[in-house]
Amino acid sequence: MATGFFTDTTLCIGCKACEVACKQWNELPSDGFSFTGDSYDNTVELSGTTWRHVAFVEQIAATPDGVEDRWLMSSDVCKHCENAGCLEACPTGAIIRNEFGSVYIQPDVCNGCGYCVVSCPFGVVDLIDSLGGTAKYSTANLQESRLDASKTALAHTGGVAGKCTLCYDRQTLGMVPACAKACPTDSIQFGDVATLRERAKERVTTLHARGETSAQLYGADDIGGGIGTLNAFFLLKDRPSVYNLPERPVLPSTRQPDGYAAAAVIAVGLAIAGWAIFRSA
Amino acid sequence: MGRGGATAWVPDLANADCILIQGSNFAEAHPVAFRFVMQAKERGATIIHIDPRFTRTSALADIFAPIRSGTDIVFLGALVSWLIENKRYFHEYVSAYTNASFVVRQDFQDTDDLDGLFSGWDAASGSYDTTSWDFERDAQGQIVTDETFEHPRCVLNVLRRHYARYTPEMVENTCGIPVATFTHIAEILAANSGRERTTAFAYAVGWTQHSSGVQFVRCSALVQLLLGNIGRPGGGIMALRGHADIQGATDIATLYDLLPGYLPMPSALRTESTLAEYLASNQKKTGWWANMPKYVVSQLKAFYGKAATPENDFCFSYLPQLIGDHSMLPTTFAMKDGNVRGYFVIGQNPGASGQNAELVRSAMERLEWFVNIDSFENETSSFWNREGADPSTIATECFFLPAATVLEKEGTMTQTSRMLQWHDKALEPAGTSKTDLWYFYELGKRLKALYADSSDEKDRPILDMTWEYDDPDEPGEPGEPSARKVLQEINGYVTATGEQVASFADLKDDGSTASGVWIYTGVFPDATTNRARSRVGDDSTSLGWGWAWPANRRTLYNRASADPLGRPWSERKKYVWWDETKGEWTGVDVPDFPKTKAPDTPAIAGASGMDAHSGADPFIMLAQGRAQLFVPAGELKDAPIPAHYEPLQSPIHNALYAQEVNPMMRQWRRPDNRYNDSPHDYPYVLTTYRITEMSGIMTRYIPWLAELQPEAFCELDPELAVEKGIRNGEYMVISTALGEMEAKALVSGRMRPLRINGKRVHQIGIPYNYGRMGFARGDSPGELIALSMDPNVSIHESKSLTCNIRAGRRAPLATPDIEMAVPAQMRTTIGESVAHGAQ
Amino acid sequence: MAKTTIDVTQGILRDVQSEIGKRVGMLPNLASERTKTLRGRINGAKATVSVCPYCAVGCSTVAYTDSTGMLLDVEGNPESPINAGHLCPKGSAIFGMTVNDARWTTVKYRAPFSHRWEERPLSWAMERIASLIKTTRDETFVREWNGKRVNHTRAIASLGGATFGIEENYLLGKLMHSIGVVSIENQARI
Repeated sequence: MATGFFTDTTLCIGCKACEVACKQWNELPSDGFSFTGDSYDNTVELSGTTWRHVAFVEQIAATPDGVEDRWLMSSDVCKHCENAGCLEACPTGAIIRNEFGSVYIQPDVCNGCGYCVVSCPFGVVDLIDSLGGTAKYSTANLQESRLDASKTALAHTGGVAGKCTLCYDRQTLGMVPACAKACPTDSIQFGDVATLRERAKERVTTLHARGETSAQLYGADDIGGGIGTLNAFFLLKDRPSVYNLPERPVLPSTRQPDGYAAAAVIAVGLAIAGWAIFRSA
Repeated sequence: MGRGGATAWVPDLANADCILIQGSNFAEAHPVAFRFVMQAKERGATIIHIDPRFTRTSALADIFAPIRSGTDIVFLGALVSWLIENKRYFHEYVSAYTNASFVVRQDFQDTDDLDGLFSGWDAASGSYDTTSWDFERDAQGQIVTDETFEHPRCVLNVLRRHYARYTPEMVENTCGIPVATFTHIAEILAANSGRERTTAFAYAVGWTQHSSGVQFVRCSALVQLLLGNIGRPGGGIMALRGHADIQGATDIATLYDLLPGYLPMPSALRTESTLAEYLASNQKKTGWWANMPKYVVSQLKAFYGKAATPENDFCFSYLPQLIGDHSMLPTTFAMKDGNVRGYFVIGQNPGASGQNAELVRSAMERLEWFVNIDSFENETSSFWNREGADPSTIATECFFLPAATVLEKEGTMTQTSRMLQWHDKALEPAGTSKTDLWYFYELGKRLKALYADSSDEKDRPILDMTWEYDDPDEPGEPGEPSARKVLQEINGYVTATGEQVASFADLKDDGSTASGVWIYTGVFPDATTNRARSRVGDDSTSLGWGWAWPANRRTLYNRASADPLGRPWSERKKYVWWDETKGEWTGVDVPDFPKTKAPDTPAIAGASGMDAHSGADPFIMLAQGRAQLFVPAGELKDAPIPAHYEPLQSPIHNALYAQEVNPMMRQWRRPDNRYNDSPHDYPYVLTTYRITEMSGIMTRYIPWLAELQPEAFCELDPELAVEKGIRNGEYMVISTALGEMEAKALVSGRMRPLRINGKRVHQIGIPYNYGRMGFARGDSPGELIALSMDPNVSIHESKSLTCNIRAGRRAPLATPDIEMAVPAQMRTTIGESVAHGAQ
Repeated sequence: MAKTTIDVTQGILRDVQSEIGKRVGMLPNLASERTKTLRGRINGAKATVSVCPYCAVGCSTVAYTDSTGMLLDVEGNPESPINAGHLCPKGSAIFGMTVNDARWTTVKYRAPFSHRWEERPLSWAMERIASLIKTTRDETFVREWNGKRVNHTRAIASLGGATFGIEENYLLGKLMHSIGVVSIENQARI
């Protein structure tokens, strides 16, 4: 049985409790203090040390009664793909699929090569340079010596790739991941993926009946591009691209045959061009 | 409403059929409580949000109406008028449970008659003689009523006339809410109230921080009473409070005008030199407050123990007497003028989050000594080292005492639904940090020692004060105070035996009982039961989780959830009702009514206490047992019925009356407290608020939160930004007559200009979370806001202001001129507001 | 008082099948020893029930500490009818308020005209403050005003109360009233 997240963005209030609860549990440092001016989003993107990110999308028509105005909020996270680009690309065997069906980077095995970073169709995985490097108080006194690194999902060594572990260490105790537990409005729901999918589909039906016809699921069914389904899937109020999610993500390995063909064509072309240049000279 | 707390309990919001959120950014300021709003919404409730800004609350609401800040009474008053004129009020509820049928005195004159003033205005003293704000009485002294609502002077008709000019068109022209939106909202509220359905209101400091803040809340109570939503499930008015123990600090009253349990501080402005005089001027003859002597005497026994005897008035003379308004704002001026020598600031940061923060900081330069208890260095603790100050000229002796955090101590906090929750201690305080309890206890012990040899009468209170809170059973060092012991004293005990008192009904006025805070009696009913620590919740009213005053009631005045005969108004809204067979009130909550007083019990004319109320009068704390649509003489200083006045600083003239601002509001016109008197120079409306990710100094040093909202910002609409050449993400300066601040611009269509009487009005907003220290930092709007305040509760006006803006950065702050010429006649002492009849 | 212990596994998934080694890539990657023995750090930790110190909703929290008393984690208490285990971002950061390098945990003193804070012993500070209170009180105590007994001093003021507990407010009020202080205020007016 695989576990995962159903993130229902129609319930999100944009409070970012998920971001903080994740950082607290996983002992991740802050990524620095800079104001973006991009709505209420100063997190900007997922990173090696930010595993939940709430996106804010302002769709303001400024009609007098505000009925047409929308401020979309959605908490993004690693999708824990059925066919995971990062896992396929990992040359060291650091990335595994664990007993909960989650894609987990083993920090004690990872050597920080970064192949997984470019292989993620969603741009989720990132390298962690060295923890505590962003600012003096980057981890609120979470010095490496405080906790036994073997007891945290992320070893505090730096120089590794980082992303959501689906709170692997919490799941081993039967606990809900930190973000889903904190979420005040149950926008982030955790559980058996099959059950969550059923719930999500019922929810879409309900929303459509209420007239919210643009409500749609993202990743509950096969998302294409060879990726399959997502263990962390979403219910969106608008097209995926509005939330900066790829409309047609592709698993890099499915591109390989095309890549070989393209390389062959280019090689032939170069040969002809070279021959022509040689001749004209 | 007669009690100083929210009428309902937070999870009960899930039972509402409609929720009107106004004066609150609910989802952002109270995200976890908002889950009950979301639950209600998922069950089909309509969520309405009315606010100057489109916020995260608006994003989740079904209806959002932008409003010009400070005009809420126009909107609410128009609802009152609409409900009465269209006969959409809950007639049975209104006629049985409110004073709608009471006939007002003939000499009462309304704002209609006097163009914005009520009868009794005395221009010389700047205050009202409120004698005429009362009811007509018959020869026997009984209030004249007219149940048919025909009498032109019955309260309902007084309201009808008063609010006749509060039309939907007036709402459009004053608030900026279109007529169609207004009537749509009115229809929804009316449709979701009555026997079968209930509507809840939620507000926060967006309603209180105004020069007529109390009247904003009062006006919402009028609407809710007309709709019949008070005391019922899914109804009520939810006051969303901002600090963990702000309800507790009001109940226990670290407030100048109150003793614990809402007992008034004795005041030399009245004649209250003896206990008898004090009771004579404060005790109500009818209703629950007739019991006041028991609570006062028991409190004096808790304070002064054996020294308090019937012969010496139970040491009543030990209590200091007020001689004016000693609240924070007048005290700040007194400090600036050199009249305060020592100052304690504990877990509060007026040097950043105070209004006219520079006044606060420069006032502190005049102190001889200053003690700050906190966990982080803050703008107040280090006022002497702030930008522009020269420490070598500042004589103040300063102490920083490190405070234990909530995890490092045990004790009780009272949350927004009046619920006391005990927290256990998880770990030892870091470093040499101590609990606030330890600091206060230690100071008391040291003062007792310092005065031990004194025979001066003035030192008796310190020497006679009971001060034994050591507990040998408690872990920790010797001399550590026991929060449990303090809570037991707060609850109360029998003085002869030391046994705990189980209920405030057991308190006596003869000195045989002691109780620190009578409304909390019952929280520790016997030696081993701490009900604040009970932790058995359920899906209903969770009577086993924590303990809510009074007497563990979740919804106040819940007698009103049944009809006059004691039957639930409907099966769907069944809550508390009369059980005929058992002969008692029962239900899912603790009945807020004498348990065995039958619904048909008649009121006894001329009786005192609860006998003066009938079995159908739910509002037991009020003299007549009825909710007050019209507030009779003496209870409020500025109006018996809410009237709209413009904020002190407004770009718009009052469209309703010639009287522009609340005539009773408090102003200080001095060089160090300048107001924007010229709308031409300060054409934009400024409002302030807090954001989810920040509180104040308690969050600005936490990196996880600082990265989410790292810097002070100012929200403005795109049209205004273009006009002023301000670019998103870049610095801008906001200025008032008082000062300047800078912030990063956040340009968004969520801010929108309003059309007010044909004039385009832009509103800007600045969060009130920042200061110049911490990882998340920036200027505070406290730099811009001159002090002014509501006449009833001394709350400042900082939600509706005016300002000007420009692109760029502010100038560096110069050394303050603390000797700034404040003419003698403008100077103040703590007791200065005597002339304003502040007491 | 005894501490309440919360079952950390409460109400959550238990029956999860082992799928280690499920074939997804070209070859299954193997779990390391560390991975195989990975357990959440609050396994067996002491749980203490507390309350969130931020807004007034009153969310119940659980703080986990190890056998040395070191704080491991703070999260929402699932048993609370108010928050049912949920917390907002501030509540989720309570850990960072207690465990924080920027926090001041020693007594500091700034002498008149000084440019800096300096460390002082706690007992010295308490003695000094008590004596300052006494001197100020004795020099400014007012017994009568307009012919009425007032027994107060207006030269000492106190501000704060909404961020600490009711027992603490009670002692502060009892002490200040007995000293004769009348300017006693807190955030309720803020």
